[in-house]
Amino acid sequence: MAAGTFLEVKDLKISFPTDDGLVKSVDGLSFQLERGKTLGIVGESGSGKSVTSLGILGLHNKRNAQVSGEIWLDGDELVSAGAETVRALRGNKMAMIFQDPLSAMHPFYTIGHQIIEAYRVHHKVSKKVARKHAIDMLGRVGIPQPERRVDDYPHQFSGGMRQRAMIAMALVNDPQLLIADEPTTALDVTVQAQILDLMHKLQEEFNSALIVITHDLGVVAELADDVLVMYGGRCIEYGTARTIFEQPEHPYTWGLLGSMPRIDRPNLDRLVPIPGLPPSLINLPTGCAFHPRCAYEPRTGGLGRSLSPELAGSGQPGHLVRCHLPTDERQRIWREDVKPKLEAQ
Amino acid sequence: MITYIIRRLLAAVLLLFIVSAAVFSIFYLVPRLVGATPETLATRYVGRSATPETVNLIAHKLGFYDPIWVQYGRWVKGIFLGSEYDYGSGTEQCPAPCFGYSFITRQPVWPDLLDRLPVTLSLAVGAATLWVIFGVATGVLSALRRGSLLDRAAMGVSLAGVSMPIFFTGLISLLVFSYQLKWTAAGGSYTPFTENPGDWFYSLLLPWIVLAFQFSAQYARLTRAGMLETLGEDYIRTARAKGLPERAVTVQHGLRAALTPLLTIFGLDFGLLLGGAVLTEQVFSLPGLGKYAVDAITNNDLPKVLGVTMMAALFVVVANLVVDLLYAVVDPRVRIN
Amino acid sequence: MTDQGATAEQADAVRLSDPVPDDVILRERADKGDPLLSVKGLEKHFPIVKGLLRRQVGAVRAVDGVTFDVYRGETLGLVGESGCGKTTTGRLLTRLVEPTGGSIDFDGRDIAHLRQGKLRPLRRDMQMIFQDPFSSLNPRHTVGTIVGAPFRIQNVKTEHGIKRAVQDLLKLVGLSPEHYNRYPHEFSGGQRQRIGIARTLALRPKLIVADEPVSALDVSIQAQVVNLLDDIQREFDLTYVFIAHDLSVVRHISDRVAVMYLGKVVEIADRDDLYTRPRHPYTVALMSAVPVPDPARRDRAQRERVLLTGDVPSPINPPSGCRFRTRCWKAQEICATEEPPLLPRLGDAASHQTACHFPIDDAEEVAGRSSRATA
Repeated sequence: MAAGTFLEVKDLKISFPTDDGLVKSVDGLSFQLERGKTLGIVGESGSGKSVTSLGILGLHNKRNAQVSGEIWLDGDELVSAGAETVRALRGNKMAMIFQDPLSAMHPFYTIGHQIIEAYRVHHKVSKKVARKHAIDMLGRVGIPQPERRVDDYPHQFSGGMRQRAMIAMALVNDPQLLIADEPTTALDVTVQAQILDLMHKLQEEFNSALIVITHDLGVVAELADDVLVMYGGRCIEYGTARTIFEQPEHPYTWGLLGSMPRIDRPNLDRLVPIPGLPPSLINLPTGCAFHPRCAYEPRTGGLGRSLSPELAGSGQPGHLVRCHLPTDERQRIWREDVKPKLEAQ
Repeated sequence: MITYIIRRLLAAVLLLFIVSAAVFSIFYLVPRLVGATPETLATRYVGRSATPETVNLIAHKLGFYDPIWVQYGRWVKGIFLGSEYDYGSGTEQCPAPCFGYSFITRQPVWPDLLDRLPVTLSLAVGAATLWVIFGVATGVLSALRRGSLLDRAAMGVSLAGVSMPIFFTGLISLLVFSYQLKWTAAGGSYTPFTENPGDWFYSLLLPWIVLAFQFSAQYARLTRAGMLETLGEDYIRTARAKGLPERAVTVQHGLRAALTPLLTIFGLDFGLLLGGAVLTEQVFSLPGLGKYAVDAITNNDLPKVLGVTMMAALFVVVANLVVDLLYAVVDPRVRIN
Repeated sequence: MTDQGATAEQADAVRLSDPVPDDVILRERADKGDPLLSVKGLEKHFPIVKGLLRRQVGAVRAVDGVTFDVYRGETLGLVGESGCGKTTTGRLLTRLVEPTGGSIDFDGRDIAHLRQGKLRPLRRDMQMIFQDPFSSLNPRHTVGTIVGAPFRIQNVKTEHGIKRAVQDLLKLVGLSPEHYNRYPHEFSGGQRQRIGIARTLALRPKLIVADEPVSALDVSIQAQVVNLLDDIQREFDLTYVFIAHDLSVVRHISDRVAVMYLGKVVEIADRDDLYTRPRHPYTVALMSAVPVPDPARRDRAQRERVLLTGDVPSPINPPSGCRFRTRCWKAQEICATEEPPLLPRLGDAASHQTACHFPIDDAEEVAGRSSRATA
């Protein structure tokens, strides 16, 4: 483990046997994360990004999941650890924020009750002390009149307030690792701005490691230091945020960037979508999982169809790409072919 | 919240009136439409041997010649204010609530109903306690160990429980447990609680178990389904993400939400049962409201039938009212709007 | 801020809020021809009943006096956050919901208060695409039945039979004619949205109201569907009302954009006009809130961002005067007493209308305000 690394995931595989075959949701994922840093995991539905986050917290369906690999969290290995060990870390050392705060909170219990509960699982304190703590947390995430609102039920909160309360609940035990799964997808854009702002400030305050899982490249650009792009259960490109947005080298990443209309780039006449559909996790295409949708597959001389490419280093330090095309050719395609199209204004 | 309660109450009262009108028409109007006359009704009171004059007189005195709505009005008035009856042998006072007199025994119906109620109540409360405990426990365990041997066994047994009628399970268990093994009381040996609590318990044990078996089966299946659905909810995942122990997740977060819809079904079942566990009381010869109803129908004793039907309707309506109010207690989304 | 600054700003604002002379408006309007759809003072109030007698004690003013035109062949984007009334507006336009007031002139006649029975012919000319491709297709019907339904309902004769017409439509939206006998569950979200689009195209409508048609789709699929909508608009000379919360998609697809807040249109303008020179403080806040996929500009974007405080007020009891004033950093007394009309402001094109007493002058001003708004 490198110095400063707080979370290290090594060759993580999570699959679910079904009647139709083995669903390989996560297939050999590795990454590291330091404290105070933010990793963005980007992908479309079925890319395995959510299963990854649930797997780290041990929240995947244990009954039918097959998990292998290693997850090191501050010196503890979680894949081989007992359920009780992982439970004691969950909500304490590592916490999670979910997408839809309305369905993620219990409708029958007050906001306060749910935060107090989260605190008292890991701290042997009286309800009174925990309540004080809960009110304090609600105040810190920007809920007005926390001492009054603490007794409200989730349905009495607005969407944005609920997500704040959810964040308060996740942060109440001062976790060192926070995973946010589509934290702003269910929110309006002005509320999203508030929540992103809040997450920024809180991360500085708590100095925790943050993983943001999202399909929204805008959110990633806003929060992440490093970005991991997932496709078909695998990492296909990894690098710093600036590398991924300014010098991406994987055709899928190019496709994502081309698919996205941008508010800051007005006169793009047509979007450049990726043709075809995302692959089924049961029957991944042979060779490179992306090859059926890849415009540059013919340039690999048949390699793309037969052999799965390795995740290999590229020009920039720390920049990893899973592609058969030679590095200089990828960089040339981006420079001369893709980038001009995206910026044709 | 207050308006919610008042509105519910008003609705319940209105419903009872509609039920009473419907029931009254079924028993008094429909026979007339298919050929019965005031005289045939009066014959039931005085017997077939009476002279046509007597029959005529009685029919007059009991108001059978009046239009049906007048008769209905008189009946409703009797329930609230009491009424007087005159069979030719002098006037009899029937204090409110008056459901009239039995055709057969010439006894007022209401005291009879009050007499029978404790039996049915004992049966219903005991059985309900059993089935809620066993049904819910089985359902929860099945849901938590989905696909296990226990789950499959429990669901198999409960399928049998749901599909076997009481008169089958009841008779078989009477044969085995009371006549052959002599573990439980024989049929027809009901003892009131006030007389001897021990005997009361002994006499009701088998009916409780048999009745509860059928309902447990149903409740186990419903609880299992509800539990499985709830355990897939996002807030259960949140509870786990907080690091709550699995037991707290399933009980405090899962069960509470899973049981809420069961409340409605329980209210309906319990209310219906209070109106008379017809088959169970019949099989075990328990002198409760259900047996009373069966006897009344067999004898074509209309006042009794009307009385017991209204009683049953009252219980169902009240049980549902209680359920609605409990909902507001359990679910804050109903309470605070 | 010094007193002097405040006065200067006020003077400036008064000048900005001067309406543009009528003849300018008329001249610009003539350029675009007759509108296909002309909405005036459209209202939808959902009654709230309370108490024992269920008396009406108020109303949710979901749409509260909305006026706009949609010209032939153009796309009008309708943006706003949840609860602003954009979806209800869409349903009013297609008469899925009965308006409580106002008029909807479609192709020369007022359809706002047509009785249900008279609506059927209208459905040929006006179609709707819905957000959720999973619930808007009947799972028990084949694709052929679904896409062919409009022909059968409207009794339309097709040249080579309905099947052939449906297969042509499937080809048109990028599906295969062999999909005719398949069921919706066999398709992905994007493909289902294509099926939905094929169905709306069956009768060659003049107007399509699309309510969040791509927001349930993955990014790469979203782009495919957006391009498809572009293509069929060109091919069939369609007019769109495109309802969405995603400002980037709206910018891409629209010719003109209307911004809604709490049941009202607060600003409407040609697309580039609106996005480069937003005048209403709410529009400014909305646009600055969109995260830009450019990490290099992260710090600048965050600095310039106008963070609105608080929540959207309840549409049951909207604030007096300007509805945005409770969250607006420019609000003054007049904003509480007088509702600003939706009018072109001096220096703007006639097509650029803003409902604000103190419209934003230029982008620089925004940067200075953000700190106050967050404070």
